[in-house]
Amino acid sequence: MNKFWAIHHHETLEIHPDTSLPDPHQDTFSKTVLGFWMYLMTDTLLFTSLFTTYAVLHNSTFGGPSSRDLFSLSTSFAETMILLFSSVTCGFAMLSALRSDKNKVIGWLAVSFLLGASFIAMELHEFAHLAQEGNSWRRSAFLSSFFTLVGTHGLHVSFGLLWMVVMMAQVFSVGVTIDTFRRLVCFSLFWHFLDLIWIFIFTFVYLMGVI
Amino acid sequence: MFGRLTLDAFKHEPSQNSAVFMMVLTGIALIGLISYLKRWKWLWREWLTTVDPKRIGLMYIFVALLNFMKGFSDALMMRLQQALSVGDSQGFISAHHFQEVFSAHGTTMIFFVGMGVVFGLMNLIIPLQIGARDVAYPFLNAVGFWLFASGAMLTFISLAIGKFSAAGWLSYPPLSGLEYSPSEGVDYWIWMLQIAGVGSTLSGINFLVTILKMRCPGMTLMKMPIFVWSGLCAMVLVIFAFPILTATLYMLTLDRYLDMHFFTASGGGNPMMYVNLIWAWGHPEVYILILPIFGVFSEVVPTFSEKRLFGYVSMIWALVAITVLSFLVWLHHFFTMGASPHVNVVFAFMTMLIAIPTGVKIFNWLFTKFQGRVHFTSPMLWFFAFVLNFTVGGMTGILLSSPPADFQFHNSLFLIAHFHGMVIGGMLFGFFAGFTYWFPKFTGFFLDEKLNRYAFWCWMSGFLLAFMPLYMLGFMGATRRLDHYEASTGWHPLFVLAGIGALIILCGASIQFFGLFWSIFHRKKLWDHSGGDPWNGRTLEWSIPSPPPIYNFAIVPTVNQIDPFWAIKRGEAPPVEKKYEDIHLPKNTPFGLYIGVLTMFFGFAMTWYIWWLAIISFVSIIVCLIIRLSEKNEHDIIPAEKVKEMEAEHVRGPEAV
Repeated sequence: MNKFWAIHHHETLEIHPDTSLPDPHQDTFSKTVLGFWMYLMTDTLLFTSLFTTYAVLHNSTFGGPSSRDLFSLSTSFAETMILLFSSVTCGFAMLSALRSDKNKVIGWLAVSFLLGASFIAMELHEFAHLAQEGNSWRRSAFLSSFFTLVGTHGLHVSFGLLWMVVMMAQVFSVGVTIDTFRRLVCFSLFWHFLDLIWIFIFTFVYLMGVI
Repeated sequence: MFGRLTLDAFKHEPSQNSAVFMMVLTGIALIGLISYLKRWKWLWREWLTTVDPKRIGLMYIFVALLNFMKGFSDALMMRLQQALSVGDSQGFISAHHFQEVFSAHGTTMIFFVGMGVVFGLMNLIIPLQIGARDVAYPFLNAVGFWLFASGAMLTFISLAIGKFSAAGWLSYPPLSGLEYSPSEGVDYWIWMLQIAGVGSTLSGINFLVTILKMRCPGMTLMKMPIFVWSGLCAMVLVIFAFPILTATLYMLTLDRYLDMHFFTASGGGNPMMYVNLIWAWGHPEVYILILPIFGVFSEVVPTFSEKRLFGYVSMIWALVAITVLSFLVWLHHFFTMGASPHVNVVFAFMTMLIAIPTGVKIFNWLFTKFQGRVHFTSPMLWFFAFVLNFTVGGMTGILLSSPPADFQFHNSLFLIAHFHGMVIGGMLFGFFAGFTYWFPKFTGFFLDEKLNRYAFWCWMSGFLLAFMPLYMLGFMGATRRLDHYEASTGWHPLFVLAGIGALIILCGASIQFFGLFWSIFHRKKLWDHSGGDPWNGRTLEWSIPSPPPIYNFAIVPTVNQIDPFWAIKRGEAPPVEKKYEDIHLPKNTPFGLYIGVLTMFFGFAMTWYIWWLAIISFVSIIVCLIIRLSEKNEHDIIPAEKVKEMEAEHVRGPEAV
């Protein structure tokens, strides 16, 4: 069992830089990960506000098309599958990181990147299609809230892609160290979190939208 | 090239021109002074690049004081205008400028004074009280501060370039939408709040993790000082509430920049949704401001009563109850929205419920004094004034929480008097108490007590004179935000009285500023020779020298009860064993400052539609973050020998400074 496995499972007695005490509850790893969970919670609340707004404005179509007229389940289902698969490959990258296998980490991250990028491409295509038909965010309150909710998730995914590139560069140059491992853990939390948000979008926006 | 920014943006009314002139003059004088004293390097190394929470805390308070001067000038202008502008007289500022003034006053006071002093006190005191050498994320803490400072700078820039928002401090749509506020004012407002708000969220995460993860050995949750508990609850509120503000401002931004229809009157938008969202953040926000102040009094009252705090556990449960309840009352800010009576009753009930835990706290403090040896120092004077004002303000709050009555008081000066009682009589007085109490801890010398007392009596009498008439005016039908009224209303004498009250407060505030400089100037005479424990304190911050060394604690304390330092002094706990060790501290970094300056440029560029500048600064922020977050975590090491030497200078005289 190597050191990353131990850190990951809080079995380490790493010397704490702040108090120099061998206190497992105060090491940098658990501090950072706890803080990152809290950041994810704030992001959840941001999305909660957007979901609530979408729920309130869902029927405010202002004479324009409603969700039933616009959404296709096949596209959004494909997007869902792509994003879920990218989460699986991201998980494989993490398993490789636990074994300090530098090349495999980069490889699996690259696969996740391609999947994430194709998700973004599909979403942009869908948005462009809607806008071309005159159903842009300017059309009605319903479409404003739709574009904002789904688009904000898309922005998050795009930032995730940027982060992924940075992580690949870091792992490439210094390998899997204590620092890069910690960052990889945060990244994978972020990526799975975006998946979770998408599941809610798929359910509340697309599935319930066409019923 | 410069978007909407034209030369017209530099033309203002006379009153504003003089403010801009003063501001520029002060800026030039400051730069001149620093150059004359050759302190640029010192400023850079010791302050601008620091990640030491003690320094960051002082910078928070410095920025807050600057903003206080601005916000207070706004208040004086409003009081003067309302005292003058009656009948045929139109006063000295135009109706439109008056709207800018009251919007700027509220925004400045809540976001940049209130939040500034809260985070300032937390930075200064929380690591010391939990026996930690640092916070959980020193760099994130610095970024949080610089975002706050950059938002605050935007308020000053908006004074000189262009106009401020005229849509009130919370910018309700549709008035704040593009249709009715096409100029840059609301955009300024949006970006300064968005930037400072993100900073607050980051600082909130930092302090929550600091409190949860960095306590010294033995300090369980139920052995934490109450100030730390109040900080914990306030940070939970920050983490839950500020994302809602971010989302709300985000949607308003999209309405204004991309023609969306969230809150517009047309296109199916729903303006009342904005009001709901902003108060879902706004009500927790007032508790973010007041909870740490409850913590301050829970430290001040026992110390100056020479008694253990009465009802420690009930105090904590009261804090937690307030934290939960504060999310369930937002609708009481707009009972007149037209929700059904059932909805209004639920929110009225929850609002009245909050009075119970708050009452518990007031009684706990009063019982702490009972049979204690009460010292009438200036922090205690602020406490007495707090009890009076906060109770009166609380009672009028209960009156407002009844929907049928609220339909009458709504938007009247009665409401203004109520929440100023809470914010000035509660929060600000509490900050003054805490500032005076901890001042010798982080400087090594006292504030001049005589001047403190003069300032206190001015504030106290000025406050009563300025705000009690507003309760009466509210009953007489005077609404808020009036720039002119008729003499036949009979309001004039009371407005004049309120204006005199504001002038007396001005005396108090001036004495405080004078007192601060006076005390710094006479610090040798006012030096604290007690070795860091001037008030016979109870908690860990008093067990170390003043001002604290950069590492706070040479030896990390171990704690086994609520008032650990008091226990050591009374022989109920063993004294700390002097065994020195190497200390690791995070290295200074300029990236916090860079990110702050860049976000300021970004906010300015977005306000004026200068897209190229916005893109450049945004990309630069991302690049800065990537560089900084790719670095290896580096620490400075202070060897045990050096620590021993530094501790030997323990009781430093004024000669050393």
